[in-house]
Amino acid sequence: MTAQTALLDKAPQFKHSRPVRDSASRSRRIKYTLTVLAFLLPSAIPLTLFVLGPMVAAAWVSLNQWNLLGPLKFVGFGNYIRLLQDPQTGAVFLHTVYYIVGYLPLVYFGGLALALALNTALKGRSLLRGIYFLPVITSWIVVALVWRWLLSPSNGIVNTALAMVGIHGPGWWTDPAWSLPSIILASAWKDLGFVMVILLAGLQAIPTDVYDAAKVDGAGPWRRLISVTLPLLSPSTFFVIVISLVNGFQVFDQIYAMTGGGPNGSSESVVEQIYDFTFRYGRAGDASALSWMLFIVILAVTLIQIRGQKRWVTYG
Amino acid sequence: MNRKLVGALAVAGVAVLVMTGCASSAPKKADSGPVTITYTNFISDGANVPNLTKIVTAFEKANPKITVNVKTIPYSGYAPAQQTDLAAGTASDVFDIDGHSNYESLQANGQLAELTGVDSKVYNSGLLDTYQTAGKQYALPTSFSDVVLYYNKDLFDAAGVSYPTSSWTWADETAAAKKITDQAKGIWGDHQPVTYNEYYKALVQNGASFLSKDGKKTAFDSPAGLAAAKWLVDKSGTTMPTIADGQGTADFDTNLFAAGKLAMLHTGTWVFGNFAKVPFNWDIAVEPGNTKTASAVFSNGIGVYAKSKRIAAAEKWAIYMSSSSEEVNVRLDSGWELPTISDKAKLATYLSKGAPANRQAVFDGATKIAVSPSLGANSQAIQDAMTAALIEAQAGRETVQQALDSAKAKIDPLLAG
Repeated sequence: MTAQTALLDKAPQFKHSRPVRDSASRSRRIKYTLTVLAFLLPSAIPLTLFVLGPMVAAAWVSLNQWNLLGPLKFVGFGNYIRLLQDPQTGAVFLHTVYYIVGYLPLVYFGGLALALALNTALKGRSLLRGIYFLPVITSWIVVALVWRWLLSPSNGIVNTALAMVGIHGPGWWTDPAWSLPSIILASAWKDLGFVMVILLAGLQAIPTDVYDAAKVDGAGPWRRLISVTLPLLSPSTFFVIVISLVNGFQVFDQIYAMTGGGPNGSSESVVEQIYDFTFRYGRAGDASALSWMLFIVILAVTLIQIRGQKRWVTYG
Repeated sequence: MNRKLVGALAVAGVAVLVMTGCASSAPKKADSGPVTITYTNFISDGANVPNLTKIVTAFEKANPKITVNVKTIPYSGYAPAQQTDLAAGTASDVFDIDGHSNYESLQANGQLAELTGVDSKVYNSGLLDTYQTAGKQYALPTSFSDVVLYYNKDLFDAAGVSYPTSSWTWADETAAAKKITDQAKGIWGDHQPVTYNEYYKALVQNGASFLSKDGKKTAFDSPAGLAAAKWLVDKSGTTMPTIADGQGTADFDTNLFAAGKLAMLHTGTWVFGNFAKVPFNWDIAVEPGNTKTASAVFSNGIGVYAKSKRIAAAEKWAIYMSSSSEEVNVRLDSGWELPTISDKAKLATYLSKGAPANRQAVFDGATKIAVSPSLGANSQAIQDAMTAALIEAQAGRETVQQALDSAKAKIDPLLAG
C-alpha cells in the first residue's frame, strides 16, 4: 500500500518535466510504468485468476440455469427476478443483517474494553494479549464444536451455570429463536482478539503528550476516554467496522458448522443459501445470481461508510 | 540504473503468466502402454482404507500395466467434491456413485461412460438393473446394505424383556422400549432418526406411501401417514433422547449404543465395525413394521468418467472393484457391507463370519424393500423440507398434523418442478 502510494505521488513530477526534454521524459515514463507493472504483477496475477475471473464467470453463470453437471441454459435475468420474488431471499438477508446487528456492537465494545485493559501497565499483559488472540487463529470447525458443547441445551456448561442461579436456559442452537444469538455469541468470542489487536495498535499510536495536555486542563479519566482516546482512535474504529461489516455479510463457516442453517432455516444466511443452492440443490445459476446481489449490497454499504467517514473519522 | 532489474521483473512476470496458462495441458496416454488411472471414493473412508488397499494391490498384481491412484474423501464432503470435479471437467477416471438418485443425475447429464465389457451373470440382477438406463450399463453396484434393528442383549436381559424377532411390530418395539428406558440411569430404549429417509420407510411399513400413485403429489396426509410420523416423533423424550440431549447430531446414536446405554438402534449394516469390541452382547433383527414389513436398502455404485482418456483401463478397474473374487473376499471377511454378486453359495459364507449372529436378517431385510420414492430434480430440497418439518414436530413447536401440513405445502410445488 505505501509503496504504491509513494509511486503514485511521484507521477505528477513526470508531467511537469515533459515540456523540458520530451524523449528523455518518455523513456522515464515507460520505465516508470514498467516499474509499477512489475510491482503489481505478483498480486495482480492471483487477483485476476482467483477473484476477478471467477466474478466474471459467476456473472455469466447467474444468467443461466446450471446444475453443474449438464450444459448451461440461458435464462437472462430470470434467476434474479425469481430470487427477488422469493420470500426466502428476504429471509436470508434478514438473518444476515440480524447477525451483523448483534455481532458488531458485541465484538467492537468487547474488543475496545480488552484493548484499553491491555494497554495499561498490567502484569503479564503480553501473555494475555496472546491468549485473547488464540481464538482468532483457531479453526472455525473446532470453535463451533466447542461452542455447541458449551451451549448444549440439557447438559452444556452455560445452561448448567444458569440453572445454578435459578434461570432455565434456552435451547440455544436447537431453538429457531436462539440459533442466531448462539452464532453471534460464538463469533464475537472468536473475533474479540482481532479487534483488540487493531484497536491496541491504534491506542499506542496516540501520542502521550495529548493525554498530558488534557490532564493539565483538568480532564479526568472518563473525559480523556471520550474526548481524546475515542476521536483519535476513530481511524482504527473505522477499519474495524468496515472489515467486520464485509465479513459479517459473508458469514458462513460458523453457521455451516454450528447449525447448518437450521433449525428449520432459522439461521440460514445469504452465503449458507448460496452454498446450499450450489451443492445441495444443483442451482448454480441461482447461487451466482445471489452472490452478485450480495456483492452489490456489500459494495453499497461500504461506499456509504467511506462517504460517511468524513464526518466522524479524525486522522490526527 | 534499474533498467536491468525492471526488465528481469517483467520477464519473470510474463514467464509466470505463460506457465500458469500452460499448466492444464497434460500429455495424452494411450491404453496400450503402462497407464495410471485415478479412483475417487468415499466407501473406504474411515475403517476400510486398508481393505481398499488390499483390493488395489491385488488388481495391480493382476494387471501389471495399470496403476490405480486412490483418492479418499469423507462421505459428508463427497457430493460437493464430485460436483466440483465434474463441473471443472477434472473428475477421476473412476469414481464412486452414491446410490440410484446420484446415478440418475450423472447419467442424465452425460457424465458416465457406457460399460461394454460387463458379464451380467456375475452380478445380482436387481442391483445391476439399478445402474442401467435404456438397456445399457453405465455404472456397476459395488456393495449393498440395509437398515436393521440393532439391540443390546444385556439391557434386554436386565429388564426381563424378550429379544426382538422378525414377527415384531411397532407395538412390540414400543412396549419393550418403554420397559427398558430408565432416564434416571441414562438408559434409553430406542433410537430412530427423525428424517425423511426414516419417514418414507415408516409410511411403507404402515401401508401408506410418500407420493401419490402418479408420483406428482405427496400422499402422506392420511391417517396412516400421520401415524407413521407420530411413530418417529413420539419416541423423542419418551424412549429416545431429545434434540436438547444431542439427538440428531453426528454419531450420537452409534456412540450411545456403543456405550451400552441404548437398547435398540435403527441404523444401517455399515456400522457393524463400530460395535466389534463392545463389552456387551448384541445382535440384529429385521426392522419391525406396522401393517407390513419393509426395509430400506441402499447400494453404492462405481462409474467411469465419460471424458476419461483411459476408459478401457478404467472399466477394468470398475469391474474388478465390483465383482472380482478378491473384492468379494475382502468384503465378506471384513464385514465391509455386502458384495453385489449373484453367487449365493459364496454369499452364504457371510452368515458365519462372527458378530452379529443373526446375519440372516441382512438378507431377509433385502427381500422386502421399501422402495425410495422418485422425487425428480428437486429431490434434495424435498428431503430437506420433510426432515425440517418432522423436527419441528419432534421439538414440540408444531403438532405432527401441522408439521405434515406445512411439509405438504412446501413439497407439492417442488414436485411440480
